[in-house]
Amino acid sequence: MFYIYCPYCGEHREEEEFHAKGQAHLARPEDPDACSDEEWGNFLYFRSNPRGLYHELWVHAIGCRKFFNIARDTQTYEILETYRIGESPNLSQSTEQLQS
Amino acid sequence: MTQSNRLPRGGRIDRSRPLTFQFNGQTYQGFAGDSLASALLANGVDVIGRSFKYSRPRGIVAAGAEEPNAVFQIGATEATQTPNVRATQQELFEGLVSQPTSGWPNLKFDFMGVMGTILGRMLPPGFYYKTFMFPQAAWDTYEKYIRKAAGLGRSPREPDADIYDHLNQHTDVLVVGAGPAGLAAALSAARSGARVILADEQAEMGGSLLDGGDTLDGQPAAKWLKATLEELASYDNVLLLPRSTVNGYHDHNFLTIHERRTDHLSDRAPAGQSRQRLHRVRAQWVVLATGAHERPLVYGNNDLPGCMLASAVSTYINRYAVVPGQRLVLMTTNDNAYRTAFDWQDAGREVVAIVDTRQGAAGAWQAEARRRGIKVLTGHAVIEARGRKHVQGAVVSGLSADGSQALGSDQVLVCDTIATSGGWSPAVHLSCHTGSRPIWDDDVIGFVPGKTVQKQLVAGAVAGHFGLNECLEEGASLGALAATNAGFTAEPAAVPAAETRPETRPMALFCVPHHKRNSRAPKQFVDFQTDVTAAAIELATREGFESIEHVKRYTAMGFGTDQGKLGNINGMAIAAKSLNQTIPQTGTTIFRPNYTPVTFGAIVGRHVDDLFDPKRYTAMHEWHVKHGAKFEDVGQWKRPWYYPKPGETMQQALNRECLATRNSIGILDASTLGKIDIQGKDAREFLGRVYTNAWAKLAVGKCRYGLMCHEDGMVFDDGVTSCLGENHFLMTTTTGGAAGVLEWLELYHQTEWPELEVYMNTVTDHWATMTIAGPNARKLLAELTDDIDLDRDTFKFMDWRQGTVAGVPARVFRISFTGELSYEINVQAHYGLHVWEKLFEHGAKYDLTPYGTETMHILRAEKGFIIAGQDTDGSVHPYDLGMSWAVKEDKPFSFIGKRGMKREDCVRTDRKQLVGLKTLDPGIVLPEGAQAVDDPNQPKPMRMLGHITSSYYSANLKRSIAMGVIRNGHNREGDIVYYPLENGRVVEAEICGTIFLDPKGERQNV
Repeated sequence: MFYIYCPYCGEHREEEEFHAKGQAHLARPEDPDACSDEEWGNFLYFRSNPRGLYHELWVHAIGCRKFFNIARDTQTYEILETYRIGESPNLSQSTEQLQS
Repeated sequence: MTQSNRLPRGGRIDRSRPLTFQFNGQTYQGFAGDSLASALLANGVDVIGRSFKYSRPRGIVAAGAEEPNAVFQIGATEATQTPNVRATQQELFEGLVSQPTSGWPNLKFDFMGVMGTILGRMLPPGFYYKTFMFPQAAWDTYEKYIRKAAGLGRSPREPDADIYDHLNQHTDVLVVGAGPAGLAAALSAARSGARVILADEQAEMGGSLLDGGDTLDGQPAAKWLKATLEELASYDNVLLLPRSTVNGYHDHNFLTIHERRTDHLSDRAPAGQSRQRLHRVRAQWVVLATGAHERPLVYGNNDLPGCMLASAVSTYINRYAVVPGQRLVLMTTNDNAYRTAFDWQDAGREVVAIVDTRQGAAGAWQAEARRRGIKVLTGHAVIEARGRKHVQGAVVSGLSADGSQALGSDQVLVCDTIATSGGWSPAVHLSCHTGSRPIWDDDVIGFVPGKTVQKQLVAGAVAGHFGLNECLEEGASLGALAATNAGFTAEPAAVPAAETRPETRPMALFCVPHHKRNSRAPKQFVDFQTDVTAAAIELATREGFESIEHVKRYTAMGFGTDQGKLGNINGMAIAAKSLNQTIPQTGTTIFRPNYTPVTFGAIVGRHVDDLFDPKRYTAMHEWHVKHGAKFEDVGQWKRPWYYPKPGETMQQALNRECLATRNSIGILDASTLGKIDIQGKDAREFLGRVYTNAWAKLAVGKCRYGLMCHEDGMVFDDGVTSCLGENHFLMTTTTGGAAGVLEWLELYHQTEWPELEVYMNTVTDHWATMTIAGPNARKLLAELTDDIDLDRDTFKFMDWRQGTVAGVPARVFRISFTGELSYEINVQAHYGLHVWEKLFEHGAKYDLTPYGTETMHILRAEKGFIIAGQDTDGSVHPYDLGMSWAVKEDKPFSFIGKRGMKREDCVRTDRKQLVGLKTLDPGIVLPEGAQAVDDPNQPKPMRMLGHITSSYYSANLKRSIAMGVIRNGHNREGDIVYYPLENGRVVEAEICGTIFLDPKGERQNV
């Protein structure tokens, strides 16, 4: 069970207070109507599944209700950093391509 | 029966407190301080079970968690039955009742035993896969007998009467194991002021110090042990947990400790006490001092009762004053086990010989043995035990220097106990739980904990450091390090020096060779609990299983409730040899939580009965109960389902509620609908982005229905949102969807559009909501308000007003989910019951009728109103629902769902679309989920057109009505489709519009 530092509350809390929301840094296309079916399909459904560093969106659901990002090692489950929405991670060497 | 194997003095038992207990229907006596196993051995009980596959008689082998055979069913009453208890870990108490869990039909005459003898050669590994899986239908029959014969205990048939706790703990240093290393670690950490938890699975702390004659600084070890425990107990920052097994090591240093608080006292916990506790510990640093398990040696018939671990024999002698026999043969690969022979001799019994597998072993231990007059045979091995139900002799043969061959002629030593030691395997289990693979160490001749990301240190035998001085020193220094790492100033505690005899190098030997090859030799057992032999492992490798994980699964090695604590290392080494590999090349399987079995009671704690799941009640709940409502669960809410009058069937009640509402007036408790308060100058813009329809022009005082879609264009929730002020809205959601919708709104606001100034919060519980619906709704409401103008032209349909109802502040929404003239009255929750009762006081003359969720469903279906989640399932977009009127395509912002519903697949014309369905026989109510076909006589599998989503009997229409999805249904009005049902019947239905009643909506506009 994870022990997660909420960058808004400023403290570690138990995983039970949080929900995982999947891959982080998936920006909604600026102009959805201009997207091809393939582009939209990629945005909707395609996610990376790396072994190693992974950036995930979480929400402190039973807490401050804030969304934030976690950089996590999918092999060891280590949480390497957590950071607020709009901030950039310090760690970004990953198979996924970070978008904004 | 007398305790024939009990020594007249010694041990840590309390002879002044004799205890009576039962095993297998017989009554015995033991003493306080005994384990169930030691008490049975004291009484000379040797056969305590039958083996899993071959049904061979089995005895007690070990003295701790690694015991594979003495796994019992405990419990004097049905409600207190506990399966899977290791007798070695169960403390004796007065009146304890135990049963063997293997040996059906009984221990003495065993059906499987006969079968095992006959079928012995016919039970190779993978036997079940090979034999019982075909034909598949027969498995049910086989399984019943296999499980019965396998004997793994049974669960109680009555509810557990005891209570169980969960405790959440935070600690700076958790020390696992209170042997010498763990005690020293706890001392160092405790003195620094760090919060320390020291947990040990045994009743008494001390580990190996309890078992032997160690001296520390020239004094008996027990003295240092006592002083250390007293010092630890004196600190407020130390929690000592005896009888507490650290069972799981989870991510981020989260560990679970299973504390047995009363299992040593009686069957049931004393009144007011919890029986067991699960400590959920978040530790800054962990010191694993879990020790090591002795490895037995593998030789022919090594499962005969009387074959035991050397260290276990010492433990029974020194700790429990029990000598399990008269004449001992000790076989060992190392010096350390010589202690067992000395203990045996000191107890006044005969040591027939020490059989040392090492050629030319000569050192301090051998010298001591000779000084004691004990025969030592070096370069020899016990290749086979003789005897039928107990050891009667040991066949000893010469052994080649590399341990690969039995040499020369045999001699048979007459004995009743064969103790063996193949060295010690570090108890690496916990270190494996988070995925760290242990590493083979040739010096240790065992696996030691591997690299880990956990904040974990390993001290003493678990690290492969077996010497007592090493354990004490390493414990003290790592305890200090753990405290320092956790932010404290710590020094290693000074530890006493142990007197030790120097040891010469042990031998790595995992299977004692017989003159015959293993497949022909007497069975050499590796895993006792699952009856896996050396020959079976070799056969598995010959059949092509090369990965140790596959060998494990094919042979079932390590699959027992002991997880192979005793046999796994021997098994892996045998597999490696058979594959011509080294042990590191072959690797090891990995251990998972839990270390030893945990009761379900401890796992669930207090989360039982009423505390299993929270229940949510509306402010009017007591009224519903008093008026006979039947309830249905909607999420965690208890909602009135219908209100039967005495003697009424459910359908009769529904008919009455439906008719009363349409003919006069009905009332529904709608408090559970999700309510989200939304404010901010960009609230209106925000609504426009999350709903599919337009919100730009909704005026204060107006309400509007909206659909919510995900980015894929599929509907997931709906509801009415009202404009309370220019920058203030109240959104309603489905009852079950409320929390999810709020999180979804926050997701978009926080991650996509943080620039919008909008705030939202749930207000569901703030309001009690009651819907009055029916032609008399206005008349009733008029009696209870004098400041809201109810005139049909000023307070129109889809308007809301603030005012006073029944003397309390209220928001009244003129919206309708029934198609009737309808008002939703919202008052502060605490006023809910008052207003509800006032409505009934004034409503009696209109026959005001309470209705529940079922009538609500029927009334809305008569009007073709959808329920998100019932008529939609995540694959239905607004156009499929025929709700294009709720999609505003030309909004400036590309709202959520817009692009999704334009995808190629979403604009197909043959999509499943929501339609109404009328059965040709108006009396038949189609089952929800029934599948439509065009031709019921087509061959199977039939082409299915879509399913029924909602189906009811409508008393108002005097016929059944249904909604469902049909391929291209919007263009098929008037067509007949067929619903072949499970019972073979085929129901014909005509496709129609979804609005069955009042298609022009006149009733709600009166």
